[in-house]
Amino acid sequence: MPVQALKPGYKGEVKDALANFHGNQLVYLHWADHLIMAFPIALPLPPTTPFRALITDIAPNAFAMHPDFEKIDWSTVTWQLDRKPFTPDLDKTLAENGIGHKSALVFTAPGLMGLAGASA
Amino acid sequence: MSNVSITLYNNDESRGLIAAILKDNPASTTMRMPGVVKIDCPNKITILRETVEHELGRPWDVQQLHMSLVSLSGMVDEDDDYFTIAWNH
Amino acid sequence: MSVTAPKKLSLKERYRILTRGLDWTTTYQEPAKVFPHAEFEGIKIRDWDGFVDPFRLTMDSYWKYQAEKERKLYAVLDSFQQNNGQTAITDGRYVNVLKIFLTAITPGEYQAHRGFAMLGRQVPNVGLRIAAQMQSLDELRHAQTQIHSCSHYNKYFDGLHSFSYQHDRVWYLSVVKSFFDDARTSGPFEFLIAIGFSFEYVLTNLLFVPFMSGAAYNGDLSTVTFGFSAQSDESRHMTLGLEAIKFVLEQHEDNAAIVQKWIDKWFWRGYRILAILAMMMDYMLPKRIMPWKDAWEIYFNEAGGALFADLARYGIKMPSTADVANKEAFRLSTETMLTFYQMGHASGFHSWLPSEDELKWLADAYGPEWERLYLPRFKYFRELEAKGEHYYNPSLPQLCQVCQIPMFFTEPDDPTKICFRDTVYNGDRYHFCSDGCQHIFENEPEKYVQAWLPVHQVMQGNCGGATIDDVRKYWAVEDGEDNYDYVGSPDETMWKGWQADRLKVGS
Repeated sequence: MPVQALKPGYKGEVKDALANFHGNQLVYLHWADHLIMAFPIALPLPPTTPFRALITDIAPNAFAMHPDFEKIDWSTVTWQLDRKPFTPDLDKTLAENGIGHKSALVFTAPGLMGLAGASA
Repeated sequence: MSNVSITLYNNDESRGLIAAILKDNPASTTMRMPGVVKIDCPNKITILRETVEHELGRPWDVQQLHMSLVSLSGMVDEDDDYFTIAWNH
Repeated sequence: MSVTAPKKLSLKERYRILTRGLDWTTTYQEPAKVFPHAEFEGIKIRDWDGFVDPFRLTMDSYWKYQAEKERKLYAVLDSFQQNNGQTAITDGRYVNVLKIFLTAITPGEYQAHRGFAMLGRQVPNVGLRIAAQMQSLDELRHAQTQIHSCSHYNKYFDGLHSFSYQHDRVWYLSVVKSFFDDARTSGPFEFLIAIGFSFEYVLTNLLFVPFMSGAAYNGDLSTVTFGFSAQSDESRHMTLGLEAIKFVLEQHEDNAAIVQKWIDKWFWRGYRILAILAMMMDYMLPKRIMPWKDAWEIYFNEAGGALFADLARYGIKMPSTADVANKEAFRLSTETMLTFYQMGHASGFHSWLPSEDELKWLADAYGPEWERLYLPRFKYFRELEAKGEHYYNPSLPQLCQVCQIPMFFTEPDDPTKICFRDTVYNGDRYHFCSDGCQHIFENEPEKYVQAWLPVHQVMQGNCGGATIDDVRKYWAVEDGEDNYDYVGSPDETMWKGWQADRLKVGS
């Protein structure tokens, strides 16, 4: 049953429908093994954003506090989209890469295991 | 068998109550924290009006317990002359 | 003719006369119309008369004892105010736990008042209705006395000025608001299991006993007094919750499956809220009573273990996610604290790094795995602070759709990996911090698609604007006063001034 309600057939209003974000979609982004930045972040982005912009514009603002950041070799970074392995085409847009509204991206930079190697 | 538990304010009235509980429930142990005292006892704690009155040196209504009670763990039974907390397993 | 004095009624007789004796069966309207919420949750009741309040508290005694509690409490509050009690606390940092308490917990008391008022009207058993009405009044009393005691601190300290307004808006307060909104919009039985049983019986001891004992230890006479005054009502609430669950389970064997689902749900929702309490106990009390993990052991594993052993005869088991809570016990307070530390620019209270002594206390309490994982983070944050570069996270967090907490919780068996869970419902994707929250969503997705997630509301443009300044204004967080680190705050300056004045005699 989708909800236990007094009135049969009750439907909830979808508060975070794509249409409510004024042309943006939401994307969540997280850098694995660097938990000193304590949580995955939420980003409102146009679906036409090139994937590369996540690396060149978004990531430096979000993650550059970490001493590992400048050591990232982006050509070896691996990605997950909604918990499944994923190979982005950097020159295509989020939409063209199949990244939907409220999708979660996690990237791992091989060899970088955070502060004191403790995924921190 | 599990512990039942009662936590009381650490104040003047409770001192008499605590003394009565320890007397009527010899298996109980106490844990003192700032402001409160937690009493644990295997399976059951019985509070008898008569013993409390003896400790306080004055009449005591079992429902006066509401003025000293902070917390408890176990099933409650209350009547004019006693208050018990017990598990049924 | 002999005259005999009227016999004093026994407790049991008085209870019968003043509860069932005051009830009647309606004849103008059928019971189903008088109590329209009684059946839609699927709970089957054979005999509504089977419920008895074990405290046998009647309204007249209730008023008597509550009045006495209030007189005692207000005598202390008066004295606290007259004697500048705020200067006698252990440290100015301590007041930040009151800021969290007033903005997060006090409005929750008010919500509980509303929920029990609903129950006091909707349940077809007079004993339950009267007990629920008393609890409704208790919860209102708790909200009022908490507001009253904190009002004195509000004369001096920042961050206590807009608790009610903030409760409906600020990112971390939505966690508590959504918890009570969820409970109040369920049916009467679910509400009773949610708040009366799962929250009051299983979890509030953690809030009121070790935490209020902490207030006593830190010299906060006013909070410890309202805390224990409130908690003296909680024992009655806990007993109501336990008797109610026994009553429901004894009425029909089909009820056990529904009740178990509610216990699983509300244990997990309540436990998630306690993350902030774990942080308060381990990081914010200048003098500490016990680590979170020990409080969890005493009040959940020992007391809760005995409780569930007792309910086993009805086929009721420990909440399905209890093992996850145990696995998180050594890191819950730290994962929470690290989040608030880096969100200090967007919070209505101050955060700060633990001192060396405090880190040692934590390491002793939580062991080598804790040291390996978390000391490097504290060390690095300290280095940044030394360079004048206190780290504030420039981004907004992804939130869990159900508990609404930022997704900082790690995998139950791997504290180095964020716990991601997600599901697709009607074409939209939803994310969760845990299996517990995911199951709650999947049981009633139409309820949780409506969640007012503060971060998403900001991004929809509903919170005053797009910059952090705009949003802080919308949240009524006064920039440079209420937020950022305690070190360098106006609160700290004031506190240090008071301490300096103590040493000036006769000048």
